[in-house]
Amino acid sequence: MRELEASLLELVRRTSTEIPDDVQKALLESLEREKKGTVAEEALRIIERNIEMARRKSQPICQDTGSVLFYLEAPAGFDCVGFEEAARRAVTEATRRGYLRQNCVDPLTGRNDGTNVGPGFPTFHYDFHSGGEATVRLILKGGGCENVGTQYALPYGPLKADRDLEGCRRVILDAVFQAQGKGCSPGVLGVCVGGDRATGYEHSKRQLLRKLDDRNPNPELDRLEREILEAGNSLGIGPMGFGGRTTLLGVKIGALHRVPASYFVTVSYMCWACRRQGAVLNAEGAAVRWLY
Amino acid sequence: MTHQLTTPASEEQIRALRVGDAVEISGALFTGRDAAHKYFHQGGALPPGVSFEGMILYHCGPVVIRDERGEWKAVAAGPTTSIREEPYEAEIIRRFGLRGVIGKGGMGPRTLKACREHGCVYFHAIGGAAQVLAERIRKVRNVYFLEEFGSPEAIWEFEVERFPAVVTMDSHGHSLHAKVLEESRAALQRALGLEG
Repeated sequence: MRELEASLLELVRRTSTEIPDDVQKALLESLEREKKGTVAEEALRIIERNIEMARRKSQPICQDTGSVLFYLEAPAGFDCVGFEEAARRAVTEATRRGYLRQNCVDPLTGRNDGTNVGPGFPTFHYDFHSGGEATVRLILKGGGCENVGTQYALPYGPLKADRDLEGCRRVILDAVFQAQGKGCSPGVLGVCVGGDRATGYEHSKRQLLRKLDDRNPNPELDRLEREILEAGNSLGIGPMGFGGRTTLLGVKIGALHRVPASYFVTVSYMCWACRRQGAVLNAEGAAVRWLY
Repeated sequence: MTHQLTTPASEEQIRALRVGDAVEISGALFTGRDAAHKYFHQGGALPPGVSFEGMILYHCGPVVIRDERGEWKAVAAGPTTSIREEPYEAEIIRRFGLRGVIGKGGMGPRTLKACREHGCVYFHAIGGAAQVLAERIRKVRNVYFLEEFGSPEAIWEFEVERFPAVVTMDSHGHSLHAKVLEESRAALQRALGLEG
């Protein structure tokens, strides 16, 4: 159990302080693309420097260390209770060490006890399988980008969005417009087509586990991802909403079956500080391989 | 050219700034975000001995730890989204004589109007750049409302040196955010084939 707790503490540290390579690569490309001598270019330069400093000093990339979202893929019979206890201890220790901000507030009393542990905090998602390995992934998602996430119900008249992929394209682009720079652009979109109010958001966030340079196995969604990436960047919102060439670093879309009466399109926005990491755990809970 | 600005700032210095100007700020800097704005809006007073006259309010919830000697140290300190304070900011600028607000994402017409009327500007710091910005915090001078508001929401008094920001709303009625909003709206309508 101590081994697992140590692995989870290291998982939190890496997630908070080290940006994944694929995200850094996309940011570097956006810096090269940006018009020289603009405030947008300067913003991206500061972001690059910030990424390097966070890694070197082992300190948070962003002070808003966000919602703490664990995704576990585990063999049937995995000790979930023990895992959650170890994760809560690791999160509290990571907070004490300054890898995480004291970021968890009781909404009724306004009290922040500084532990980052409370109802729904951290959050755990499970998928069980018949294999032998357990894999844990972590997303840290800041409040600024969480606040610009949104959900549309199609048809949506103001945008002439019908219940089809063209309708999806229209509302997703509207979500990018509505967000402006407030979600800390350039951002990554996680989208779910279908599902219900709750599963739509859950599945849209899960898309943020995908690497930016992967391809959607569904050719229609793959095409939609590319179209939105290009059209979103042509809106000219730019880094921080300063105006510029890169508004989105990536678009990842999944789909869930829906009931006939509902057609939701849910958009989760991830800031440029797209913090995700993961590890394969052995039976003792040691991290044997890092995933990003 | 990067403007150098030291707090407390004068109205004249603030009026000289225009949208797009790069600025480096030195001197005292106070943080204040959601809990502080609500508190002031409901009539709450500044802590004894604190004045915001000529000061700059930073929308920021830092990560602050105590070092080995028991001193506060800000280890991560980027801006938070400012628009949540739009209902309150104009009143706070007027009441306390603020000369600047630092945040990210920009603010709305009420704040822009208060900036014009009272001689104040909105500085945009780079969202998420918690390390680059924390490095410019030379000292944590004090903290207020730590128990009541919790660490991220407390009012921290920092001493900063050459803290980088860009003017995105000036005291002459100009807002980069309003401009980008309108231009991107037109681009969206073109992309979707909708009427302007």
